[in-house]
Amino acid sequence: MSSSDALLQALLTLNRVQAQELLAAARAEHSALEVIELLIRPALEQLGQLWEGGDCALSQIYMSGRICEELLEELFGEISETDPSESEAAEPRLAIAVLEDYHLLGKQIVRTVLRAAGYRVRDYGRQDVETLVELVRSDGIEVLLVSTLMLPAALRVRALVERLRAVAPDVRIVVGGAPYRFDDQLWREVGADAVGLSAGEILAILERLEVKP
Amino acid sequence: MTHQSPTSLPMDPPVAPMTSMERVLTALGQREPDRVPLFLFPVMQGARELGLSIEEYFARPEHVAEGQWRLRAKFGHDCLYNFHYAAIEIEAWGGTTLFRADGPPNAGAPIVRDPEDIQRLSVPRIEDSPSLQRVLEATRLMAGQARGEAPIVAVVMSPFSLPVMQLGFERYLILMHERRDLFEHLMQLNERFCVDWANAQVEAGAHAICYFDPVSSATITSRELFLATGREVARRTIAQFKAPAAMHFASGRILPRVADLFDTGTAVIGVSSHEDLGELKRAAQGRLSLLGNLNGIAMRHWTPEQADVAVRTAIRKAGRGGGFILADNHGEIPWQVPDTVLMAIAQAVARWGRYPLADDQDD
Repeated sequence: MSSSDALLQALLTLNRVQAQELLAAARAEHSALEVIELLIRPALEQLGQLWEGGDCALSQIYMSGRICEELLEELFGEISETDPSESEAAEPRLAIAVLEDYHLLGKQIVRTVLRAAGYRVRDYGRQDVETLVELVRSDGIEVLLVSTLMLPAALRVRALVERLRAVAPDVRIVVGGAPYRFDDQLWREVGADAVGLSAGEILAILERLEVKP
Repeated sequence: MTHQSPTSLPMDPPVAPMTSMERVLTALGQREPDRVPLFLFPVMQGARELGLSIEEYFARPEHVAEGQWRLRAKFGHDCLYNFHYAAIEIEAWGGTTLFRADGPPNAGAPIVRDPEDIQRLSVPRIEDSPSLQRVLEATRLMAGQARGEAPIVAVVMSPFSLPVMQLGFERYLILMHERRDLFEHLMQLNERFCVDWANAQVEAGAHAICYFDPVSSATITSRELFLATGREVARRTIAQFKAPAAMHFASGRILPRVADLFDTGTAVIGVSSHEDLGELKRAAQGRLSLLGNLNGIAMRHWTPEQADVAVRTAIRKAGRGGGFILADNHGEIPWQVPDTVLMAIAQAVARWGRYPLADDQDD
């Protein structure tokens, strides 16, 4: 069993101790970024695929992400301390928000996956269209991730996209959430650039968009 | 050549159609009624019928009763649905509801911010909640109109799923995994509330309780966690209902754990469009009836032909032998679905849902 498979098993059973041991063992041989790339990222991507196939539950994804996030705080600390190239100015400007909705879990899971994979992401929390457009514009965001649970909120993404195209045409917008899973054309209908059907997909999407940690 | 059922042949004596109540009870008895029952759940569309905003519509029980009555007259479906919105239960617990013009109301800020506060929660009394009293009055009005001809379906949030609104989803998942003592205490409170609320609706005239429990779906919780928590909660709670129950998972997957539901006391399960009706029917083994599974999100854009195909496919997969009620997969038709689609669904049921099923005769 590879180390990332072992980590996956530890995460599925929410075995924090085992996950910690695996990361510590990997850290003894690799840099923090390599640990993320070799272990954590594949495990989280696989978790997303399992959920997509109905083979693991959202509660496992969330709690796994939480474990990873906690264990990685130390690693991330090391990265910023030892690698001056990791300055904020050099990072991709990535933000995540929930649009006009009060269900924040999806956003939290995606944020956790991103953090665990080495991305820094601005968390705007819950926002309406106007405030979100202003935040994206003033912060110079390059990729905006938008999470929705309810259909009306998913449809409001169209207004968000139209407003953003007018003031910040280069911003790419990635959507996710239940409505998009039940209508595979909905993301196109609202004008998004991409859709993530599970949290793990966000890493592949960012790779396609050539956004690196 | 068109399909003709034997009952429509000129030599047969005329057969009186069943009432909706007879149709539904026959189907739930795992027998074939005159046609597949149709449960449309146009929760908010009554507002459109009455020319009101969604908030105005839910403000008065007369509106809801009249709206549901008109919708049933229009589409000919087989139940009246007293559901207002999920957050109405949270209002009874001291929470708030946020209305919007184009969709279901949402619960406001969680009422429990610090999990320790769970120890200080007390169970609200149904009679003290003006919001719940409105639902009861709407139910009484529906019962007076329907006079037993059509079942009145009432709704409760399951004690296991209500905390998503009480605490917020994230805080609830952490509680479930890391503070089992507080979780169990919350379940005790919620179970008492849920039973009181369900039985008050039965007393007001409801014939069945739809027990909404998305957190028990395979989408949200692992089987191990479900067996230790959600299933036990369902078993304890449903046993105290004074009417039959349908467990509904609000589009969540349930196929891998259908057999785990046999002893929960539920008679029906609401199933997702993400799962195959034929496989669900086999898994139910005639011990549970199926309710579902038309895709409410996708049906916004359906043509009449697409509605016809979707209905025919569902009936072909799950209709044989009864034990099946056609419905959407979420327990609520989105506001954005046009009436023409709902009409096309109703017409397709009339066309393809007549027993013996036309597709059976093709076999």
